[in-house]
Amino acid sequence: MTIDLVLFFGLALIAVVAAIAMIASRNAVYSALFLVFNFLTVATLYLLLNAAFIAVVQVTVYAGAIMVLFLFVIMLLGTERESIGGRIRWQMPLSIVLGLALAGELAYVLLRNDIVQGPLADLTVEFGSPASIGRVLFNEYLVPFEVTSILLLVAMIGAIVITRKQREEGK
Amino acid sequence: MLAEYLPIVVLIVLATGLAFIVVALGHLFGPRKPNPVKAEPYESGMRPYGPGRRRVSVHFYLIAVLFILFDIEIVFILPWAVVLREIKMVGLIEMAVFIGVLLAGLIYAWKTGALEWE
Amino acid sequence: MSLALLIEWSLKSVVIILVILGGFAYLTLFERRVLARMQTRIGPNRAGPWGLLQPVADGVKLIFNEELIPAQADKVLFLLAPVITVVPALILLAVIPFGPEVTLFGRSYYLGLASNVNVGVLYILAVSSIAVYGIVIAGWASGNKYALLGGVRSTAQMVSYELALALAFVGPIMLAGSMSVDAIIEGQRHLWYVILQPLGFLIFLIAAVAEINRAPFDMPEAEQELVAGYHAEYSGMKFALFFMAEYGKMIAVSFIAATMFLGGYLGPFIDRWPLLGPIYLFIKVVALLFFIVWLRATFPRFRYDQLMAFGWKILLPLGLLNVVVTGVIIVLVGG
Repeated sequence: MTIDLVLFFGLALIAVVAAIAMIASRNAVYSALFLVFNFLTVATLYLLLNAAFIAVVQVTVYAGAIMVLFLFVIMLLGTERESIGGRIRWQMPLSIVLGLALAGELAYVLLRNDIVQGPLADLTVEFGSPASIGRVLFNEYLVPFEVTSILLLVAMIGAIVITRKQREEGK
Repeated sequence: MLAEYLPIVVLIVLATGLAFIVVALGHLFGPRKPNPVKAEPYESGMRPYGPGRRRVSVHFYLIAVLFILFDIEIVFILPWAVVLREIKMVGLIEMAVFIGVLLAGLIYAWKTGALEWE
Repeated sequence: MSLALLIEWSLKSVVIILVILGGFAYLTLFERRVLARMQTRIGPNRAGPWGLLQPVADGVKLIFNEELIPAQADKVLFLLAPVITVVPALILLAVIPFGPEVTLFGRSYYLGLASNVNVGVLYILAVSSIAVYGIVIAGWASGNKYALLGGVRSTAQMVSYELALALAFVGPIMLAGSMSVDAIIEGQRHLWYVILQPLGFLIFLIAAVAEINRAPFDMPEAEQELVAGYHAEYSGMKFALFFMAEYGKMIAVSFIAATMFLGGYLGPFIDRWPLLGPIYLFIKVVALLFFIVWLRATFPRFRYDQLMAFGWKILLPLGLLNVVVTGVIIVLVGG
């Protein structure tokens, strides 16, 4: 148990440092790469929770696919090094209010007494395996699964429509 | 459970170490006589013009978006393929609907020329 | 976790890395000799008997090459890009078993690193999706417009064909009812999946050749358009790493194809003499490598627009069709 705990805090520290480096970096390409690193660390955390399928999907979809899109967008805009104009005036007060709200919520949840205490149930060998996820997904969560396809379709059409004008100009 | 994946971690560490050693070897043994002309970008011997980093076509953005969406589709297909023998016909119809919806998107992309490269 | 286990894993990891490294060195020679034969030439035969020392000579030459870093390059990422490119090529084989369990001197040995994990196939996809970063970063960090365009183009090509590659895996997964590589090999004990999945195997081969940027999909080599693509500014050992990544991936996809479709280490008398396993696997891998080299000698290079259209309009729909048809057959026939 203690080894798990040490691993968790080590990985959590790396993830937080990568996230801070991502925000603090002046160069957008570096930011994107720090985010990839953060995603990989989070994937390892999932593995620590015995969620192997989710861990590998995290690497494939987030670190592998979504960040390629981010990099392409950075290169499309050509704004790797430029700072983003001036600060927005209401940004600072709003972020403080939202940050305090989040901290309050977290404190409330942690201080409540009904958090599960004591030993956790033993995991079965099958836990988190592709087969067990498939069984649940295609029986109990059928509707969300099919709705996902509509969501993906909408995203696809959106991307095609907003780039249409520029693509025609490019020809 | 986690123990099954530890060997992969060992392999990743060793592979990364090797890659850095190879880079270091080159820096250790390679000669170094830099001059301004050598440090110019290589453009087949022509004098370089314009910035080295320019904006790339919006088309790459579109390809990346389509890639993400179909990648997510495949992530759903994989666990489906594992349990297909258990969920049988129902599972087949579920997946046929799912693929059908995304296929409609692919056909839309095709018809609007999103897959054409100028 | 005991020390003995750690040593065992380290030794197995070293073997995997040596397979890729040694394979890389001699695959370059193999390719040059085979291509030369196909073009009625002889090929490199001066360094050592049959040119066997040629890879060593090439390596020594590259070590003593000058390492140029262009003035406009981003130094850190320029150094990091070849490392990010080569690591995925070296770790792909982690889930491929080299043979069945072997008993030697009263102890049984398992000839694989992590082939029993239940997400094995997805691991292959995850690693290959990380492999694109090295290329796009190399292009961007070089500060060269041709390298940038080459890097972005290669990346778009790789992600496009990754979809078809992933869909080709679905057939064997459905037949085996598992994503574990061990289970997929066990499922082929009586019949290789290439017989049941001929279309899947074809899609896999085409997509894999495109994914690793080999002829006829070798855009990074299109000298007349892009100078050399994403590695135009690289020299010396950093160039060697890109080269190693390309050939390492070529070897890795041959191992993967042999395992997913050609029965992996299985072959006649495997139960009686399990040590035949690695030999069978080696023969299958060499046959596939020969095929990939043969492609280069036979086909002219695709144009970039043709290449993207082929991936999206032909290979992806075919991959989906293969999934649906295989699914229908499995459900109707049962099994």
